[in-house]
Amino acid sequence: MSTMSRFSSLLLAAAGLLAASVAAAQQRGYGIGHKITDAQIAPWNIDIGGEDGKGLPPGKGSVAAGEKLYVQQCASCHGEFGEGNGRWPELMGGQGSLRGEDPRKTIGSFWPWAPTIFDYVRRTMPFTAPQSLDNDETYAVVAYLLHLNDLLPADAVLDAKSLTTLKMPNRDGFIAGDPRPDVKAQPCMKDCKTGPVKVLSDLAKSLGVTPTQKPKD
Amino acid sequence: MNTGRRGFFGRSLAAGGIAALAAQHPKIAAASGGLDGKPLEVPDWTKMLGPGVTAAPYGAPSEFEKDVVRRNVPWLTVSEQASINFTPLQDLDGIITPSGLCFERHHGGVPAIEPDLHRLVIHGMVRQPLIFTMSDLVRFPSVSRIHFLECPANGGMEWKGAQMAGVQFSHGMVHCCEWTGVRLSTLLEEAGVAPAAKWLLAEGADAAAMTRSIPLDKALDDVIVAYSQNGERIRPEQGYPLRLIVPGWEGNVQVKWLRRLKLGERPWQHREETSKYTDLMPDGKARQFTFVQEANSVITAPCPEKPLKAKGFCEIRGIAWSGRGKISRVDVSLDGGANWQTAELQTPVLDKCLTRFRLPSRWQGGPVFLQSRAIDETGYVQPTIEQLRQVRGVNSVYHKNSIHTWRVNQDGSVDNVQVL
Repeated sequence: MSTMSRFSSLLLAAAGLLAASVAAAQQRGYGIGHKITDAQIAPWNIDIGGEDGKGLPPGKGSVAAGEKLYVQQCASCHGEFGEGNGRWPELMGGQGSLRGEDPRKTIGSFWPWAPTIFDYVRRTMPFTAPQSLDNDETYAVVAYLLHLNDLLPADAVLDAKSLTTLKMPNRDGFIAGDPRPDVKAQPCMKDCKTGPVKVLSDLAKSLGVTPTQKPKD
Repeated sequence: MNTGRRGFFGRSLAAGGIAALAAQHPKIAAASGGLDGKPLEVPDWTKMLGPGVTAAPYGAPSEFEKDVVRRNVPWLTVSEQASINFTPLQDLDGIITPSGLCFERHHGGVPAIEPDLHRLVIHGMVRQPLIFTMSDLVRFPSVSRIHFLECPANGGMEWKGAQMAGVQFSHGMVHCCEWTGVRLSTLLEEAGVAPAAKWLLAEGADAAAMTRSIPLDKALDDVIVAYSQNGERIRPEQGYPLRLIVPGWEGNVQVKWLRRLKLGERPWQHREETSKYTDLMPDGKARQFTFVQEANSVITAPCPEKPLKAKGFCEIRGIAWSGRGKISRVDVSLDGGANWQTAELQTPVLDKCLTRFRLPSRWQGGPVFLQSRAIDETGYVQPTIEQLRQVRGVNSVYHKNSIHTWRVNQDGSVDNVQVL
């Protein structure tokens, strides 16, 4: 900005009137772009604060209503009970698996903040028709997902307040703040190892999971 | 091109390259290109005109390079719209990735965005919410920077062992391009960031409306709101018409099809920064906001796709990169990490950018265990897979940047292996 204002000043030094108007414009940076109101932004302003539920809309939905929507619009991929159809993501279960050999990171076992479920369902689901559920429908589907994870009773009705106060089982399962570098290797140059090379794993070729080198026709 | 002899050749080449051409053309089939002691043939392409300047208003690679393509791993994801493909690193030289070969990662497919209708909104904790058209954004002072961009899941299929028989799949979730755009700090100054704001949410205009929270310190440091890639407008699959470039950080935060930036006090804790893109440790806790891509490197020649074909001179080539700055050194081992030689770095070495390294060598025909080890300007040394596993276990999915091993076999073929 300083380069530009210097340049402008030089160019316009002779024309006092113009220089004054440029200076006025630069009070707001380059003066490029257009003002917009919150009301105008509203249709795009769909983000929900995961921690505080900020942005959750008015409305409500019951587990029962959510089950109907889920069966119609979600179960074909995610399974009737959130177990995941084939390789589509499972949405329930997995509690106690995070330390094991095969961690299952589901809403119930892994997601730390309940309002995030509303945010994600509303912005991306159903997969082939994102942002097609209205707010009540979204609350209902989220209520059913929480019910599938034993986090809401069958007769529950979910709204902004109850979603924000619901504590997810894995809320304390995250470490914020990057501890890396967490490995401090030394760049040894000579005789760093002794004896023959010990191969730990060499199945890549025989596993046969690598796609062919031929392009897709 | 579609009529007569030339048209015939065009189709033949497309169908099968040299082999098809040779089968249809005895003169070339008989020729051995001067390697049989006989006089050289004058090939057909020297004896007839080629197409003129109007034949290809937008050029494409030679038909003989049609195997140089991005490839996906069908079993990796259930949908092609929420999936990934891989850069063919084995076929690339230097440091710039051609735009059409840059790996793709989408969460809801590639949107077809009309640039005249695209808008960027900046709002939340700002003095004045603003909306920008593409032509507004292009008016701002511009910057161009060459940066690598890597998916943090690069190499993630190999935490438990060597699995992918090719460098395209073991390391191909990285590319390196020149990006041009406006500094994000310039746009934020225009809107006036409130003193209490500490984070911003970046959101895409795709069918996933994908979001990530980014700390304001980084946003004001070196982030670019980019509209061009390698000199031309960004490719649709890379975020046309607008994407965030967050140098050195994991690819997922470099939001494509960028439509909205919202300033706030704390991270949004959205799906892509809680359920995904967090690193699960052996104690069951997950590291969150692990943004930086630590120093990494891999040998791209030889590799499983490019075996050694002859004994004697062999230039070992590869790429190194670090999200913390410049690469300061790359060492190469031929014996699985017992002894190391320092490779030559292609200059200029750039910040948070692919760095090409080369080491002249000779292959005597015996088995060789090739490794490369990158060191960046912070002194960080690329670790071994065992060192990483000791700290992080095998279920963290993301940020596997360990020293990689290729075993060159007696016949020159190359295998992906892991060694102690």
